Amino acid sequence: MGDLQVKKNAKQYDAIIVGSGAGGGMAAYVLSHAGLKVCLIEAGPMYDPRTNVTQLKNPWESPRRGASTKFRPFGDFDACYWGWEIDGEPYTHADDTKWEWWRARMIGGRTNHWGRISLRFGPKDFKRRSIDGLGDDWPIGYEDIKPYYDKIDKLIGVFGSNEGLENDPDGIFLPPPKPRLHELMIKKAATSLGIPVIPSRLSILTKKINDSRGECIFCGQCNRACSYAYADFSSSSVLIKPAIETGNIDVITNAMAREVLTNKEGLATGVSYVNKNDMQEYQVMGRTVILAASACESARLMLNSKSARHPNGLANGSDVVGRYLHDSTGADMGGVIPELFDRKRYNEDGVGGAHIYTPWWVDNKKLDFPRGYHIEYWGGFGQPAYGFGRSVEAMNGRFEVKGQQKQPGGYGASLKEDMRYFYGARVGMAGRGEAVAKKENHCEIDPKVVDKYGIPVLRFRVTHSDYEINQAKHMKETFREIMHAMGAIITFGDDGKDKKYGIHEPGNIIHEAGTVRMGNDPKTSALNKWCQAHECKNLFCVDGGPFVSQADKNITWTILALSMRTSEYIIDEMKKRNI
Amino acid sequence: MDRRKSLKAIAVGTLSAGVLLDACKSDNKKEPEAKAAEPASGLTLDRAEEEKKREQELMSTTFFTPHEMATITVLADIIIPRDAISGSASDAKVPDFIEFMVKDQPEHQVPMRGGLRWLDVESLKRFEKPFKDCDAKQQINIVDDIAYPEITYKENGKDVKRGKPAKPGMAQGIAFFSLMRDLTTSGFYTSQIGVKDVGYAGNTPNKWNGVPDDVLKQYGLAYTEKEMKECAKY
Repeated sequence: MGDLQVKKNAKQYDAIIVGSGAGGGMAAYVLSHAGLKVCLIEAGPMYDPRTNVTQLKNPWESPRRGASTKFRPFGDFDACYWGWEIDGEPYTHADDTKWEWWRARMIGGRTNHWGRISLRFGPKDFKRRSIDGLGDDWPIGYEDIKPYYDKIDKLIGVFGSNEGLENDPDGIFLPPPKPRLHELMIKKAATSLGIPVIPSRLSILTKKINDSRGECIFCGQCNRACSYAYADFSSSSVLIKPAIETGNIDVITNAMAREVLTNKEGLATGVSYVNKNDMQEYQVMGRTVILAASACESARLMLNSKSARHPNGLANGSDVVGRYLHDSTGADMGGVIPELFDRKRYNEDGVGGAHIYTPWWVDNKKLDFPRGYHIEYWGGFGQPAYGFGRSVEAMNGRFEVKGQQKQPGGYGASLKEDMRYFYGARVGMAGRGEAVAKKENHCEIDPKVVDKYGIPVLRFRVTHSDYEINQAKHMKETFREIMHAMGAIITFGDDGKDKKYGIHEPGNIIHEAGTVRMGNDPKTSALNKWCQAHECKNLFCVDGGPFVSQADKNITWTILALSMRTSEYIIDEMKKRNI
Repeated sequence: MDRRKSLKAIAVGTLSAGVLLDACKSDNKKEPEAKAAEPASGLTLDRAEEEKKREQELMSTTFFTPHEMATITVLADIIIPRDAISGSASDAKVPDFIEFMVKDQPEHQVPMRGGLRWLDVESLKRFEKPFKDCDAKQQINIVDDIAYPEITYKENGKDVKRGKPAKPGMAQGIAFFSLMRDLTTSGFYTSQIGVKDVGYAGNTPNKWNGVPDDVLKQYGLAYTEKEMKECAKY
C-alpha cells in the first residue's frame, strides 16, 4: 500500500450528491435540468433495467429457480443487488437488540427493490404530536408538500382512485387495474366487516405518459425492474437516465463515500470516497453536498465527518443525528381459499403488486395504540418458483382433493394431481404501520468496528414499544376476521402474545427514517424545514433521514416530494448567493 | 414460443417508435444471453460481478457421487413419474437441479447425503441391496414407510393431528423423504415441463382487462359500476 494517496478531482461542482435512490435520483434530476454541474456518487455499479435484465425470464433460467441468495435476498430474479448482508460491510447491534438493515449497492438504490406503493402522507401525518401527544410535529404541513406531490404524480406517474379520504389525499392518478379474482373475494369479505378496500396507488404506468417510457405489460414483475417499457418507477430509468442526458452530471459508480469534507468555517467543501475498483482514495469538491445515501448511511457519514468545528459529527451539535430511527411495523398472515381449489387457468399476473389495498380506517382514540396501518394483499397464480409444492403434506393431509381425503405427503401420479388442484388458491395479507419515533432508538458509530474500507460502521439500538406490539395484535385480529369472512383457512401467521403477534424485527420492512430529522429548533433537530443542516448551510439530506415521523404509508413518494422541494430551494438559494 | 419475436410484435402495438428502436437495439445486444437459455446452468440473468464469481465457483464443483445421483434419480421419478399430462422428474432434469441446490444452500448437504445413506442401509437390511439396485416393488416397499409424515395443525385454536405415527425406526427416513419431495417438486414445477403441467399462463406481455366473465359468474362475483368506470380498459 506504499502507493496509497489521495487523488483530487480538479473540477468544482455546484452539487455533490451521495446516493442514487429516490432522494438522490430526484435531486440529480432537478439540479441537472436546472443547468447545475452535478457529481453523483454511488457505492454500487451502473444499472439500467434495459441492459440488466431479469424481467420475463422463466423460472428455469435461474439455476436456483428464483431461490434467494445473500446477493438477492428477495429471490434470484429480484432486481436489487445486495440486501441484509454485504460482504466486507458489517453492522452491529447493542446488547441483544435487533435491526435488520437492507442496503442496495447499485444505481437507483432501493428503488430497484420496492413494491411501487406510492402513498401521499395526509394532513394529520405531519401533526401527530398535536393529535396524540407523542413524538413531534413536522415543521411543515400537507399544504407545503402538496404541490410537489402533484408534480411528482405527473412526472413519474401513479395509478389510483380519488376517494376523498381526509388523511389519504386524492392525487393525479392514472386508471387503476381491475381487481383480480382473489382480490374481489377479499374486497367482498372486508367491506362486509366495515373495512374499506380501494384501488392500490402504485407508480406503474397503466397509460403512457411520455415518449421515453411505455405502458405496463402486466407481467407482475415490477420487482425485476421494467426492462421492457420502463413502465414502473425506479430512480435509474426515470430520474438518473434523463439526468445523464442533460450532460450536466458526472456519475461516479463503485464509490463508497467516506467523509464529508469541511473547511475551517465548518462549511462542506466536498466528499472523500474510496473507489472500490482500484481501492484508491479520492476527493471531489463542490459548492453544496446533498446526502441521499439512505437514512442510516447518511447519518453514518455525518457522524464519521468530525472536525474542530463539528466535534460530535457534522452538523450534530444537537446530538440528534442517528436518533429517532424508525421503520414501518409489519405483521403478516396467509392461507388458502378452498373455493379456489381446481380453478380455471388464465393469466392474472396483473401489475407487480396488489390491485387493491386497505387504508387506515379506525380512530386511534378508541384503541390501545396511537398510530394506524394499511393492509397489503396477495394471492392467486404466481409464476412457479423455488419452494413450489413445499410441505405438500400440510395441504393434502388437511384438505380433500376432488372429494377424497388422502394421507399427508405421498408421491406419484396422486401427488401430481394434488399440485394441480391446489395451485392458485393462496391468499395473504400484510399490515404495514406507523411506529412512534423515539429518541432512544438510534444508530451510532461502533467504537471498535470498521468495514473493509476502514470506515467505522454503525451500531444499532432499536426496540419496539407496546404501541407497536398492540398494533400488530390488532393487525392479526383484523386479518383473522377477513380470512374467516372469505372462507379462507389460515396456514401461517396466526401468532399470539407469545410471539409478540408476529411483529417483524425493526428494519425488516425496509422503510428506515428519522435519523437526521428536520425541525424549527436547532437544539432538537439536525435540519431545517428545507432539509438544510442548521449548523452547515450548504449541507442537505434528502433521503428518509429528514422524516419527523413516517405515517402508515410507504415513504418513497414523500422522499421524492421533499427532495424535489429541497432541490428547488437549493437552486433558489444559489441564485440569491446565500449558498 | 419465440419470446423475443412476440415481444417485438406487441411492442409495435403499444410503444413509441423511439422506445421500440431502443428495445430492438438492446435485444440484439443480449443475443449471447438469450442463447444461454438452453443449458439449465447457463447465466441468462443479469448478474452483479460478485454473483458471477460465486456462480462459477458453484458450477465448477461436484457434490454427489455417481451412486448418490443414481439414487436421487430413482427417488425423484418415484415422486414425480411420467403421467398422462406430463413427463417425469428426470425428464425435467430435477437431479441436476438438486445437485446445484445443495451446493447453493449447503445446509441441505448433510441431510441429503445422510438421508441417502440411511435409505441404502434400510434397503440392505430388507433386501441385501442398495436402494437403486432394488426392483420397483422393493423400492416402493420402503418408500411407503417414509412417504407419509404425520402432521399437526391448529383449527379453532386446537391442535388437530392427521396421518399415522411413524413406524419404529422410520422417523429419520420420513424427514429425509419430505426434504427430497420438497426439492423434487421445487425442481419439477419450475421446469418447462412442470410450468406447463400446472398451467401457469403468465410471464408474457399482455393487457389486463379483469377476471374473465365466465369465471366471475362461476364465483358469483361482479365488478361494481365504480370499478367499470374508473379502471383501466384496453
